[in-house]
Amino acid sequence: MAEFRMPSLGADMRTGTLVAWKVKPGDHLKHGDIIADVETDKGIMEIEVFENCIVEELLLEPDTKVPVGTPMARLKLEDGVEKETIAVTDRETPSPPPAIESPTIPVPELPREERLRVSPLARKLAAELDVDLTQVKGAGADGAIHQMDVEEAAKKLQPAPKPAEKVVAPPPEAKSPEAKPTTTDFQAGMRRAIAAAMSRSNRDIPHYYLETRIDMSHALQWLEAENQKRSIKERILPVVLLIKAVAKALTDVPELNGYWIDDQLQVQEAIHIGFAISLRQGGLVTPAIHHADLKSLDELMAALRDLIERTRGGHLRSSELSDATITLTSLGDIGVEKVYGVIYPPQVALVGFGKIAEQPWAERGMLDVRPVLTATLAGDHRATDGIIGARFLQAINTHLQAVEKL
Amino acid sequence: MAITEIQIKETIFKLLKNIAPDSSPEALGQEDDVRETLGIDSYDFLNFMIGLNEEFGVEIPETDYGKLITLNDMTQYILAHAQS
Repeated sequence: MAEFRMPSLGADMRTGTLVAWKVKPGDHLKHGDIIADVETDKGIMEIEVFENCIVEELLLEPDTKVPVGTPMARLKLEDGVEKETIAVTDRETPSPPPAIESPTIPVPELPREERLRVSPLARKLAAELDVDLTQVKGAGADGAIHQMDVEEAAKKLQPAPKPAEKVVAPPPEAKSPEAKPTTTDFQAGMRRAIAAAMSRSNRDIPHYYLETRIDMSHALQWLEAENQKRSIKERILPVVLLIKAVAKALTDVPELNGYWIDDQLQVQEAIHIGFAISLRQGGLVTPAIHHADLKSLDELMAALRDLIERTRGGHLRSSELSDATITLTSLGDIGVEKVYGVIYPPQVALVGFGKIAEQPWAERGMLDVRPVLTATLAGDHRATDGIIGARFLQAINTHLQAVEKL
Repeated sequence: MAITEIQIKETIFKLLKNIAPDSSPEALGQEDDVRETLGIDSYDFLNFMIGLNEEFGVEIPETDYGKLITLNDMTQYILAHAQS
């Protein structure tokens, strides 16, 4: 017997809301199966299990918000190993200390027999539109409530709403004190989550910063020729070269790929690059591109595409949010030249890339104009010294100059 | 039948709206920098190029990205390259 607990999907997560179970008692699960959808400040996440097990009992009802670490289900391990908890990531999660400030939120009493069958999207929409799900009838053949049913019910609630009202946030005075979570609340939640993680980082991590200018002429020429051979759909973005160069540089300088836990550096073998993706509505998510060093450029482009789409659509998996071993942030699209990042704990490094722009470049007594990229490293001085960071930036440069081998 | 400028603009607006649902492409001025005004990053821009390719059958080489800054640029480029 083992307990499946609310996972910590990053240092900034304190609570999670169960949106829907993806399993029922008696189901057999294997490594990587999705057990539940959980809503966090960063959207709805698909939670995976990493053990072969059988679901014995579900302890939480959907829509329940609980602190990280709260038992959610009882599982029976199939390999017969006795364990008290089930791992929800591939490795031992560097979970934050149990939330001190989180009060236990009482579980609402729901009659089990009359449990509603509601799609996660419908449930979220209902909360946003203030629709009482018990009053909604599912139109589908299976009787389950889907997005359309909630929209229909919402229409009846609001007499002839103007189309514009859907996208425009309601004026503050129109909001009742007991209003259900809205997009604005979601953004405020994400802001608080980022604030908590970054404050912790700035308080605990003595950052050091290094930067280097990289001549991108050869890499860009190579990429341009490469993309010319491809259809528009198969084109590779320059940032993919940067992701791969970082991954390869980490195999050369592994000290920056890991976590600072229990007062020591724990270097990780797998290279999972957290890629900072900003959301159009504001906020930031840094899901991991798993095993970036082992992927080809085409595979990385596909992984990036998939990750951006799912981040913006709110369908990330738990492992992607919790197991990045380093963070990469690229702000060049907005014209920034250099990025001085704040490390995402418990990671020990963050790489920042600015815009690739034409700049004067002096070499062998000659002055030329070349496309130049500035790469910066924010390192945790508890874990590594500047010399390690310098070697790492140098390795990125070396790999970008040998772009054919990436 | 040859496509008209108005049809091209409508398609451009539709594509941009898909990429940046919170923006108002219709409000773009003829000479505004589209990417800068709507906050389109390089990933979104690539998707926009894929969209133009699918809608108009134009193959836009990367070296031509610099010719597609404003709404006016884009319309003229497509008029010149689209297979009618």
